[in-house]
Amino acid sequence: MNLLPSAATFAALVKIGLLVGGLMTAAAYLVLLERWIAAWVQDRRGPNRVGIPLTKIRLFGLGQPLADGLKIILKEDFTPSGVDRVLYNAAPLVILAASLAIFAAIPFGSVLPPLGIPGLPDPVPFLVAPGLDVGVLWVFALSSIAVYGVLLGGWASNNKYGFLGGLRSSAQLVAYEIPLGLGLLGVVLAAGSLRLDTIMNAQAESGVWYAFAQPLGFIVFMVASFAEAARLPFDLPEAEQELVGGYHTEYSGIKLLLFLVAEFLHMITAAFLIVILFLGGWHLWGVTGSSQEIGWIQALLRFGILSGKILGVIVFFMLVRWSWPRFRFDQLMNLAWKVMLPLGLVNLVTVATVEEFRPQLVAALGPGFGGAVAIALPWIACLAGWLVAGVFTPSGTDNTPILTHDPLDIEREMAEHERLERAPHDVSPTLVGSR
Amino acid sequence: MKPTDPAITWLEEKPLGLTERLYLPLFLQGLSTTARHMVSRKVTVNYPEVRPTVGNPLIYRGVHRLNRDDAGRVKCVACFLCATACPAHCIDIVATESPWPDREKYPESFSIDELRCIFCGMCEEACPVDAIELTSLLDLTGKSREEMIFDKEKLLSVYDMTKDAEPMKSKTLAAGGMATFDTASGSPATAAGGHH
Repeated sequence: MNLLPSAATFAALVKIGLLVGGLMTAAAYLVLLERWIAAWVQDRRGPNRVGIPLTKIRLFGLGQPLADGLKIILKEDFTPSGVDRVLYNAAPLVILAASLAIFAAIPFGSVLPPLGIPGLPDPVPFLVAPGLDVGVLWVFALSSIAVYGVLLGGWASNNKYGFLGGLRSSAQLVAYEIPLGLGLLGVVLAAGSLRLDTIMNAQAESGVWYAFAQPLGFIVFMVASFAEAARLPFDLPEAEQELVGGYHTEYSGIKLLLFLVAEFLHMITAAFLIVILFLGGWHLWGVTGSSQEIGWIQALLRFGILSGKILGVIVFFMLVRWSWPRFRFDQLMNLAWKVMLPLGLVNLVTVATVEEFRPQLVAALGPGFGGAVAIALPWIACLAGWLVAGVFTPSGTDNTPILTHDPLDIEREMAEHERLERAPHDVSPTLVGSR
Repeated sequence: MKPTDPAITWLEEKPLGLTERLYLPLFLQGLSTTARHMVSRKVTVNYPEVRPTVGNPLIYRGVHRLNRDDAGRVKCVACFLCATACPAHCIDIVATESPWPDREKYPESFSIDELRCIFCGMCEEACPVDAIELTSLLDLTGKSREEMIFDKEKLLSVYDMTKDAEPMKSKTLAAGGMATFDTASGSPATAAGGHH
């Protein structure tokens, strides 16, 4: 019996190793980037001290992730009393495992040139699980499982802040999965495939990124991914100012580290999906070409362009964090159900119509003009939908209090105060001897 | 102030216009503010290597000093006004008969617990002879609590250390005071001067 792994298994293992290593390093350095951007936006300098350990070399603070990681690993891993131990310990594992497993179906480049290794089908794609026909479904199924980590963590830690964070995140993530799916459906409809690499190739071949062909879908998907990644302005599950830390309030040490890494992985996933689905993946006009038969330079270039785009989206995520205040919960829900859901449906209908009548359009108006009309229609739908949403402001809430008396009537207030002072203290029977 | 006070102008929140309701213009405005701050000049400094400049040493409240008069004697007359004014009770004075004819008392010992001090500057304001002053030395560290109790000699040495960079405030004020002091272009006497 041949105990050696086959070439395909070996290639998958190498890719898993590279991907997990790269993602963990990326998450660590994104923490540094986040701190840098936070500092720069606030006119500070940010971490710029830690360089190579045991030397005086500073490297602009590039050694900071190592110090941060060591610190949090060496912290006491404290388990509060009254927690549900099994779920409490399982929650960070669930969330991290799910966040990492998502990347099995996400391509992180185009393809490698033919390697000529026997038993390995050429060309080798930058994808752990090549040829997975349900790629998008896999990604969304696992990101839903990652929500369980948040819920379990909030529930099991026996803390009101954790519990509220878990509640909020369950409602928020369930609500925003619908616009996320609607935004995605348009792309799937246009590309005719659930495979992420096929979707990228379709954009590369036509040269029209789906962000341009489906602007409304792009906006809806973008907003929904901010909410799914629980980034500001949608970070209600862990709103520090009101919930301490939300669902991970009671976690410390390495378990907290797992939660934080998973959060950054969510952001990376969101950036990957935005780039792959809407921003053309590895494609850049006039630079990458669109063929599947490429040389090494081309392959590395595509990988670099994809990574650059992802970094750009992540920087955008971080800039938005410092530009917008957090939504209130009712505003969040209004935005999801009354704005994003209808806009997503409008996008879906428009894309379906355009895709259905594209052959007729091209036949009637010629390929150039017909294609332009096919792009213009979704833009018109986007502007119209946006305008309607703006004019009717379903996400706005009227906060004007309903007044029963003039709030500035000082005589009335004094009289009320006096009445309360004179009245015998009303001890509510429900408050005597609770439980 | 009552809510009915005529000095108060009550404003109504304006209803949102179409631009605000469309979200995107305000979003871009916010993002451009963020981006502008990203590249703007930083207000913090790389501290131990680069020392922050104190805007106006005349009103900065840092480490205390005990001033000397022209003869090099301690100016303090041990009147206890600073110790009385001190809200943190950090000044401890032991007064004794003065060996000099120009005053009755002088401090035999004068100590300030810098750990207790809240740097409010009331001692400086209370002093009738401008003997105690707050300098613009802003980094005050020590390895023990005992070390942080500054006695008379230490406070006088702070004066010797800072007198060139920061002349006595009464003299600066008499020579034209705050009016001649240009707060925008930094200071004639920064915290770096005379320190280390």
